[in-house]
Amino acid sequence: MPTTEASWERQQTPPRQNILEIEGLHTQFELDDGVVQAVSGVDLAIARGEVLAVVGESGCGKSVMARSVLRLVDRPGRITGGQIRVRTDDGAADMVSAAPETVREVRGKRVAMVFQEPMSSMSPMHTIGNQIGEAIRLHERVTKAEARARAVELLGRVGIPAPERRVDEYPFQMSGGMLQRVMIAMALSCGPQLLIADEPTTALDVTTQAQILDLLRGLQEETGMAVMLITHDLGVAAQMADRVAVMYLGTVVEEGRVEDVFRAPRHPYTTALLRSVPKLGSGSRERLRPVRGMVPHSYRRPSGCPFHPRCDEFMAGRCDVTVPEPLRDQGRPGAVSCLLYEEHEEHEEHEETTP
Amino acid sequence: MTAPPSEVTATAAATATGTAPLLRTHGLTKHFPIRRGLLGRAVGRVRAVDGVDLTVPAGRTVALVGESGCGKSTLGRCLMRFFEPTSGEISYRRTDGTVIDLAKLDERALKPYRSEIRLVFQDPFASLNPRMTLLQIIGEPLRVNLGLGAAETEERVAELLRRVGLRPEYLRRYPNAFSGGQRQRVGIARALALAPRMVVADEAVSALDVSVRAQILNLLKDLQDESDLTYLFISHDLGVVEYMADEIAVMYVGKVVETGATDELYGQPLHPYTEALLSAVPEPDPGARRRERVVLRGEVADASNVPQGCPFHPRCFYARDRCRTEVPALREIAAGRTSACHFAGELELKGCRA
Ligand SMILES: Nc1ncnc2c1ncn2[C@@H]1O[C@H](COP(=O)(O)OP(=O)(O)OP(=O)(O)O)[C@@H](O)[C@H]1O
Ligand SMILES: Nc1ncnc2c1ncn2[C@@H]1O[C@H](COP(=O)(O)OP(=O)(O)O)[C@@H](O)[C@H]1O
Ligand code: SF4
Ligand code: SF4
Ligand SMILES: [Mg+2]
Ligand SMILES: [Mg+2]
Repeated sequence: MPTTEASWERQQTPPRQNILEIEGLHTQFELDDGVVQAVSGVDLAIARGEVLAVVGESGCGKSVMARSVLRLVDRPGRITGGQIRVRTDDGAADMVSAAPETVREVRGKRVAMVFQEPMSSMSPMHTIGNQIGEAIRLHERVTKAEARARAVELLGRVGIPAPERRVDEYPFQMSGGMLQRVMIAMALSCGPQLLIADEPTTALDVTTQAQILDLLRGLQEETGMAVMLITHDLGVAAQMADRVAVMYLGTVVEEGRVEDVFRAPRHPYTTALLRSVPKLGSGSRERLRPVRGMVPHSYRRPSGCPFHPRCDEFMAGRCDVTVPEPLRDQGRPGAVSCLLYEEHEEHEEHEETTP
Repeated sequence: MTAPPSEVTATAAATATGTAPLLRTHGLTKHFPIRRGLLGRAVGRVRAVDGVDLTVPAGRTVALVGESGCGKSTLGRCLMRFFEPTSGEISYRRTDGTVIDLAKLDERALKPYRSEIRLVFQDPFASLNPRMTLLQIIGEPLRVNLGLGAAETEERVAELLRRVGLRPEYLRRYPNAFSGGQRQRVGIARALALAPRMVVADEAVSALDVSVRAQILNLLKDLQDESDLTYLFISHDLGVVEYMADEIAVMYVGKVVETGATDELYGQPLHPYTEALLSAVPEPDPGARRRERVVLRGEVADASNVPQGCPFHPRCFYARDRCRTEVPALREIAAGRTSACHFAGELELKGCRA
């Protein structure tokens, strides 16, 4: 099976067993007045039991990428190319070309998702217990009573106090943090091997966020499921993930182990992103040096390197012409898509290698 | 059980920094009635802001932090009487040095101060009228408050746009043509139109992406340097607050529970709630994950049903018997530092400075 981590895999024992491999994924929205390339050639892999954070600014395609994995992109959105291989009992299913039955089987049973807005993905008319029960009964033959008992057990597992009582409540009776716990309970109901969590804590207070992240980490360790954690909060990524993928305008511009990417970022966008966040506890009042300019209009994708109009390292005649390919084998696992690293191999020496 | 009178006004901070307060509240309170039934009978009240003493020194940035619902926005709005305070004083030092109580003024007498204290809202999408051009949005206060003519208004608006880093050519465009960061700049330009002395920024950068957020934070700092602005910076983001603020006031269910200079408070918090807040912030440094965290249990107390004794006691790791019955008053623990905890100064609390 081709893997985006082939060279690294050879060095690792035991070998990584990818449960999801995304290759060359393109998803676009064809609107009346233009085409939005929401995902534009994404390569990513997640191994069993791994936590991968996907970071990037608003609109860079994180959610569309995640929804593509489950074939949940709404019209006028469309996957226009690439493969999404999900490991199954007998090999792999390509979600891009799979039949509807396969897609249904993968959803929930193998890959579950927690969405960005918990309220909008729940029905206001039904009790929490009924909704979790429905999710269970979609995949398993259980009686209503059994489903309810399972719902109570799940609510307890995600730390909802008095689950026997809460199971009969409606979404509007719960706080944002509680609802997010319910969403997680629902996602766990079928024992997925991969949980995709799209900004699960963005709407929450830091204190509630810390509780939910603790919960997610605990569940991940307990069940061994892999997690794709989508966030725009670099702190959340650093605290939670084993690996991180940085997205810009629909592509992964850098990817690697969290320690490597955060301590010694290689892509100029990653560097600038990290520079934009005031470091807690540093006491520094030094001026922040954020990425200059703005994310370009979604219809007008820059030529060459998509980051070139904002890049401090811009090389005229190269960066605006050549689209950088992901480069691997740079002394550490992962990839970087930047022409700076393409030319001179000796550049490596200046970079910090794996600690 | 009634709350004891606050024992200190947080003036120590002002003397420590050597600047006179521009604004100071005393016992500021805002209770919202909870109404039920057809007649709208009040069946209870939400203690959104409950006896707050806050000092904002001139030319400095004071940050108000705390979990959502703790009363930050309500306090900010009370200062400008967008909400009518239930009780309390709002002492404001006028340009001539005399002090007046904004809480006692009627609408007409208040008007001049409405242009001296301005508000920047959280949501750059909801706070701008989509049917008005930037010229109309930013020019409105100029026309209404200063009675400027068309040509002069346009000139001033163009200048304001330049100041916040937007092209003056955008004058006749509508808000929907702009990104979140650009709209937030428009909101700031509007707040600056009348050359205010103080800006209340209520979660002004919370909805923005990190790079745009950093641009706006830089802009706010530049504007402060240029025109000696005073900021009340309301935010739940403790990283941003540390970067922006000279002084901090931590709120919990309608009350200020700790105040102090930023460096001191981050280095050594004096209230268990502050410790928990600081500890909850995820840092963009993978090495920091092994740091021991205080993950708070439970949720913010309900402001319509505040726990007896110390309002924080159901969630506090240090709570003892006394905390369940006796309300701790905000008191001075060290020079420029106040805390509303019975055991402030005795507890060994962890900050987030190395
Ligand atoms: N239904 C849709 N119709 C048209 N364009 C869309 C639609 N959904 C998403 N897009 C576009 O696709 C791109 C990627 O959007 P996406 O929601 O994946 O961003 P994101 O990275 O998740 O951002 P955020 O951090 O704000 O959640 C954006 O340019 C967005 O405007
Ligand atoms: N107009 C209102 N009517 C009734 N209750 C309100 C109103 N505005 C705010 N509250 C309540 O007052 C408390 C403080 O709210 P707010 O000041 O918005 O908090 P913060 O800005 O800190 O998130 C909350 O319990 C909130 O529900
Ligand atoms: S390819 Fe060029 S423009 Fe793109 S990130 Fe690298 S140096 Fe910058
Ligand atoms: S008074 Fe008691 S409950 Fe309140 S913060 Fe202090 S130790 Fe905790
Ligand atoms: Mg999204
Ligand atoms: Mg608020």
